Amino acid sequence: MSQSETEIIREIRDEYAYGFHVAEDYFFKSGKGLSHELIEAISAHKSEPEWMRAFRHKSLDYFLARPMPGWGADLSGIDFDNIYYYIKPTEKQAEKWEDLPAEILDTWDRLGIPEAEKKYLAGVGAQYESEVVYHKLQEDLTKQGVIFLDMDSGLREHEDIVKQYFGTIIPQNDNKFAALNSAVWSGGSFIYVPPGVRIEMPLQAYFRINAENMGQFERTLIIVDEDAYVHYVEGCTAPIYSSDSLHSAVVEIVVKKGGRCRYTTIQNWSNNVYNLVTKRAVAHESATMEWVDGNLGSKVTMKYPAVWLMGEHAHGEVLSIAFAGKGQHQDAGGKVVHVAPHTSSVITSKSISKNGGRAGYRGLLEVAKGAVGSKSKVVCDALILDEESRSDTYPYIQVDENDVELGHEATVSKIGEEQLFYLMSRGLSEAEASAMIVSGFVEPITKELPLEYAVEMNRLIQLQMEGSVG
Amino acid sequence: MALLEIKDLHVALDDGTEIVKGVDLAVDLNQKHAIMGPNGSGKSTLAYALMGHPAYEITEGEILLDGENVVELEADERARRGLFLAFQYPHAIPGVTVTNFLRQAINAVRKSRNEGEEDPIPVKEFRTELLAAMERLKVPRELASRYLNDGFSGGEKKRVEILQMAMLRPRIAILDETDSGLDIDALRIVANGVNDLVGPEMGALVITHYQRILDYVTPDFVHVFVDGRIVAEGGAELARQLEADGYEAFTPAGVGGKSS
Repeated sequence: MSQSETEIIREIRDEYAYGFHVAEDYFFKSGKGLSHELIEAISAHKSEPEWMRAFRHKSLDYFLARPMPGWGADLSGIDFDNIYYYIKPTEKQAEKWEDLPAEILDTWDRLGIPEAEKKYLAGVGAQYESEVVYHKLQEDLTKQGVIFLDMDSGLREHEDIVKQYFGTIIPQNDNKFAALNSAVWSGGSFIYVPPGVRIEMPLQAYFRINAENMGQFERTLIIVDEDAYVHYVEGCTAPIYSSDSLHSAVVEIVVKKGGRCRYTTIQNWSNNVYNLVTKRAVAHESATMEWVDGNLGSKVTMKYPAVWLMGEHAHGEVLSIAFAGKGQHQDAGGKVVHVAPHTSSVITSKSISKNGGRAGYRGLLEVAKGAVGSKSKVVCDALILDEESRSDTYPYIQVDENDVELGHEATVSKIGEEQLFYLMSRGLSEAEASAMIVSGFVEPITKELPLEYAVEMNRLIQLQMEGSVG
Repeated sequence: MALLEIKDLHVALDDGTEIVKGVDLAVDLNQKHAIMGPNGSGKSTLAYALMGHPAYEITEGEILLDGENVVELEADERARRGLFLAFQYPHAIPGVTVTNFLRQAINAVRKSRNEGEEDPIPVKEFRTELLAAMERLKVPRELASRYLNDGFSGGEKKRVEILQMAMLRPRIAILDETDSGLDIDALRIVANGVNDLVGPEMGALVITHYQRILDYVTPDFVHVFVDGRIVAEGGAELARQLEADGYEAFTPAGVGGKSS
């Protein structure tokens, strides 16, 4: 870690590095706006079974019937009629990077995905607009029975499993944006890890929006069978446009007895993307679910990864970093529900706001009657870098059982003049000193990441810090 | 001309209260100076002002480093020109290990000396130097991977201040009450660290209330500091006289209460 921090500083760049876009030469692009005709078109393009087509139509009705959420961030800027809901960039998915159209391959190269695959990934899915254009899993994992596909292929090839779980963890009418995703979903990952299989290297999905006014609605379903382990990582970026795009994903995860799933997000959307995501996992007996959620980009993010602890001794963790700069509102957090006895959870949230940004923690901790002997610890720390910026903490706790052990700590701090002076007296500039204090602040979370991702997270924080002082 | 020359320096707080009331002092390489004064005399304010603390305003006078007035420069610029302050109360930086901090500080200084181009210290060289310095200063190995000053004991903090001094190699080091809160063994180690470093490449200004540290760091010059001014100067013998007689002899009538 220490060596790479030097490299991080060296790599500091002045602006959002992923704001470029390339020419569109798409196989299919829908018109703007939402309708039942659009759903017919999407479903037809995907040659879906009848039950899925019906599921989509019903979800659209739910979406249209539901009001916009009356809490959280300001979503009044979303114009649902001005969004492309479905773009199929290529006719077929590629198994080799070089089979992709030149401009799409160029994008992945610039994002460093093919190189990362060679170095440290067990499998990669790369989604461009609405479809996963490249997908690959290491052969030995395929032989062990691991399934790692894009969601559409998952539905085609493993309809029985998909039908059993799809929409059961997050019902289609769970919230307005889950309903929207359920109606127009496309892409995302489908993962099944058989009993006892431990995938040591991460599986990575990368999500890229390229078109203006794009709506991306990937759908992910992960089943970790008994005593199995997987670490799934997702990253996302988009070009900078003057008008807004929408990203609204749904992620459902089931971790069976003794299994463990870690889901890491490094969200770096450009500052014109509304990022409204529903993520929920159920952990059965002695299972562990960990969400590591880094939110650095986007215009508005509303995302509260959840764990339902359904079996005895299940353990849930949410590690959340939210960094809001100019014009950004990160309404992040986490949610844990203790249903079974002797379950445990830890929520750690670190939010940073600067240049008028607004970052916060919104969390729910619930302990149901009968979840005796459960333990939970919630720590949320906020760091506010200047007078214009804002931090909010909404730690809701609901406990219906007496025999539990709960801890809650919250701090709000500013970078102190004394701390800065101390570091500057050692030769660090004010910007370097501030960046050092911030990377120390988030260290409890970055240290949990594999080295490559810790480096990436730190680098993004350094980028965010650029120009924040002086 | 000495490397550090302080001329008629006046320092005030934000509210205008004058704390340092006209100080002249010259510190050169290969010299050990001691500033001795009672509590509340303005010693620490002088130290902070020399390093460039933003809460202290220099209302009059000059701080010349290599003949250049650094009064307008921020602390990082002064550090890069070779000034160092060992803090009386070092601040904690949670999440940043001693090793990472030292590496970044060294690289920041190297970068500025290399005209703004990155010139990071080779990993091996850094490690070798760090381990050698830790060995000399008897800093336990495990401190290197702990977060800077976070939960450190008083003695650990002071040793790590001296470790920083050894690694950053300043030309003029100011030590602000480094002896406070140290037991005798720690004091000896810290003093030896200072003695080792003072030489053709470094001069030191040791600020202290007590004679104690001066038993180990024998000063070439002693300056008695009372109520914002240097009121007496001499050699090492002056420190011993102070220890025997106290500051009363140097305290103007009517302000004696300040020393308590």
